[in-house]
Amino acid sequence: MKQFALLFSAIDSTTSTNRKVEAMAEYFATASPANAAWAVYFLSGGRPKRLIGVRKVAEWAMTESGVPPWLFEECYHAVGDLAETIALLLPPPTVVNAEKPLHEWVETVLLPLGTVAEDEQRTAVLDAWRQLDGTERFIWNKLITGSFRVGVSEQLVVRALARASSIDEGVIAHRLSGHWTPGAQNFSALIEPDSSDADRSRPFPFYLAYALEDELEALGQPTEWQAEWKWDGIRSQVIRRDGTTYIWTRGGELATDRFPEIVAAAELLPDGTVLDGEVMPWLDDAAMPFAQLQRRIGRKKLGPKILADVPVVLIAYDLLELGGIDLRSESMSSRRAKLEAVCERGEGPARSIFLSPTIALATWDDARLAQSNSREHRAEGLMLKRLDSEYGVGRRKGSWWKWKVQPFSIDAVMVYAQPGHGRRALLHTDYTFAVRDGDALVPFAKAYSGLTDREIRELDAWIRRHTIEKFGPVRHVEPVHVFELHFEGIQKSPRHKSGVAVRFPRIARWRTDKPAAEADTIETLRTLLAAQQ
Amino acid sequence: MIKGMLQLTERGLYCAAADVYIDPWLPVDRAIITHAHGDHARWGSKHYLASRDGGRVLRTRMGADANIELIDYGEPRTINGVRITLVPAGHILGSAQVRLELDGDVWCVSGDYKTEPDPTCSAFEPVRCNTFITESTFGLPIYRWCSQHETFADMRTWWAENAALGRASIIYAYALGKAQRILAGMLGADIGPIYTHGAVERLTNDYRESGITLHPTSPVVAQPKGTSFAGSLIIAPPSAAGSTWLRRFGDISTAFASGWMQVRGARRRRSLDKGFILSDHVDWPALIEAVAATGAENVWVTHGYREQVVRYLTDKGLAAQAIASHWEGEDEQGPAVADEEAIA
Ligand SMILES: [Zn+2]
Ligand SMILES: [Zn+2]
Repeated sequence: MKQFALLFSAIDSTTSTNRKVEAMAEYFATASPANAAWAVYFLSGGRPKRLIGVRKVAEWAMTESGVPPWLFEECYHAVGDLAETIALLLPPPTVVNAEKPLHEWVETVLLPLGTVAEDEQRTAVLDAWRQLDGTERFIWNKLITGSFRVGVSEQLVVRALARASSIDEGVIAHRLSGHWTPGAQNFSALIEPDSSDADRSRPFPFYLAYALEDELEALGQPTEWQAEWKWDGIRSQVIRRDGTTYIWTRGGELATDRFPEIVAAAELLPDGTVLDGEVMPWLDDAAMPFAQLQRRIGRKKLGPKILADVPVVLIAYDLLELGGIDLRSESMSSRRAKLEAVCERGEGPARSIFLSPTIALATWDDARLAQSNSREHRAEGLMLKRLDSEYGVGRRKGSWWKWKVQPFSIDAVMVYAQPGHGRRALLHTDYTFAVRDGDALVPFAKAYSGLTDREIRELDAWIRRHTIEKFGPVRHVEPVHVFELHFEGIQKSPRHKSGVAVRFPRIARWRTDKPAAEADTIETLRTLLAAQQ
Repeated sequence: MIKGMLQLTERGLYCAAADVYIDPWLPVDRAIITHAHGDHARWGSKHYLASRDGGRVLRTRMGADANIELIDYGEPRTINGVRITLVPAGHILGSAQVRLELDGDVWCVSGDYKTEPDPTCSAFEPVRCNTFITESTFGLPIYRWCSQHETFADMRTWWAENAALGRASIIYAYALGKAQRILAGMLGADIGPIYTHGAVERLTNDYRESGITLHPTSPVVAQPKGTSFAGSLIIAPPSAAGSTWLRRFGDISTAFASGWMQVRGARRRRSLDKGFILSDHVDWPALIEAVAATGAENVWVTHGYREQVVRYLTDKGLAAQAIASHWEGEDEQGPAVADEEAIA
């Protein structure tokens, strides 16, 4: 654990990407494979699912440190991080020199926490606190509360592994994608020179597009580009190898059994095929709102009703492997030609896998026109892919761009606030917003993302001092602060008091320059609704 | 008979019986100064009384024209029957607590203080009193200092690692007190002369002239053009961070030495490579202990987390109250305070 804490401090104490990668590479080259495996897991954002509630951990810490709740809260406000507050408040460890390696902490103490009763959890956590100090104690608190984060991405971890092992970054990324599980053997396999026994279910690392920033003209000739709709579904790879189908989402979930329609269609694909595309809810030849797909994903069991209500398809837009051969270094146009041939075979009678249509571009104005019509196609914009581009690793600027339509925007007044979850459980982070209707305020959206930690703390302090009324955890606050909200769609909704429901609302910025009397009105919402229909 | 020995006025803490102010923030006729930091020693008063140990640094800070009278620690001065004594506060060279006694009633104003040993100043001495006026800069239980030996050892290791990579190590430290404490902590280290920013060098010389032994220093400005600073250690005030002054040093690693470095966010907001926890103020356990050691039944709390300390002491049965200090805004305490350059 000491070595991992040193690595954490090294990463945490520099803003230079190169120094971070150096520190990780050195760690991977010297740590035991069992420890290095968990380091890979945590550094690339892995989190064991819900181990202990944050509030419980906070309560135990208060008892152990003899700090009353009010003082604990004051400390938390000064520190801004719960795991750190606890680490600082606990008395010094009573067991010294109790070095236990990272993998042992994780495997014998951390992971079992999720499966035992509360008093056993408590004993284990207190026991750990009495052995750990400083950074190690802080990391431990981050791990048990599922909030471990340090400023590196999976891509940087891959780069460090490549540097430590002299193996190509792309190979490491491929070996890590999919269901990589931490363990000494798996770590050794990760940095092994030869791996003919590659896991047959494994997807390729997803190649990602950047948001378009420049004018289209800066991209060169429109004829050098392929344009497609940008769909709002779940980016996934469908793998057909050795007579078996696997569906992996970009989030790294193996989701094969969630999409039986696509599995059925994939049986028609030739063996050794990997498609990249978007899983979309699709009914009567048209895309359904993303919320419908969420509804389906949320079901434990897929009954006949939900399958009929929300059927899914794969809109295929790339071909990464054919006949067991990796096509990623071929050009987009060559892959597209092969994809068209494959899709013809794979569509099947139900058309559950079909080809992503392309949009002909004679001039850049064609792209502009199409982009502005995206919503009519129930797409959220355009994708532009250079015809000579290979399928890269991770995110590399220049050959793939996403060009989303502007979100809807409204200036609304904050009227309610309530505490968040997880690491923000002690701060008010979930807000309800209203528009003006004459002298009244009509709530129409909830949002909890988009502010910086600093703004959240500032707002939290304000909320506590300007509460009109409390309903349980919900505070009715003075209608003073105006926020610019963005959202993706707007629908009529008789269930809402405002008569509308907006999709994916989030806070774009805090309009400290605008008084509540100048916030938008219900009329503005109605106009947006009318324009959409 | 007036209500108490001291009262808080718009000019600062005032003793009506002796007609004298303690660390006034506006000009007055007679001022007692606890120490030379800018938030305690203000220009413009007609007469200053301060400790002899801190005479030189106070003179540097107040200028040649200031009318300063120096007395030894423990040497009583009676004004209108009020017996006034300066007692070491352990904060920086010459820092003093002010003990006032009248008709058996004893008051003590701590100024800034720490109870940890510090080779650059006389050690803090607890004062038995009826009313204790304490600072509370780090008055939350998250502030619990690690041993300073550990911090100095860390500093040497950090410097050696940077030196091995050909980097200059820059430590930001308050120019009066903290910088000299680091120089004392580096005594005997095989570092060569430590380079200093002009603001640090001047006060460092005052310390040496006052008889304090410090690691050899050399001002950055005195180095010939083209001097390589690779592998060296440089001490600069926090205001130098991010300035063009840093350009001459080439590849650098930066650190800040302060109690605020106890909290990770305070370090990250400044984008420093390293934070050294080193404070000239009491941490929470020392603060609570120091209050208890005075035996005072009344405690006034100023400077920092005063509301929190007051509530804690009140819960423990003491008569505690917060008194405003001129050097904080109306803002709530916490990270906002921590963001300001070390209020020393
Ligand atoms: Zn001071
Ligand atoms: Zn001060």
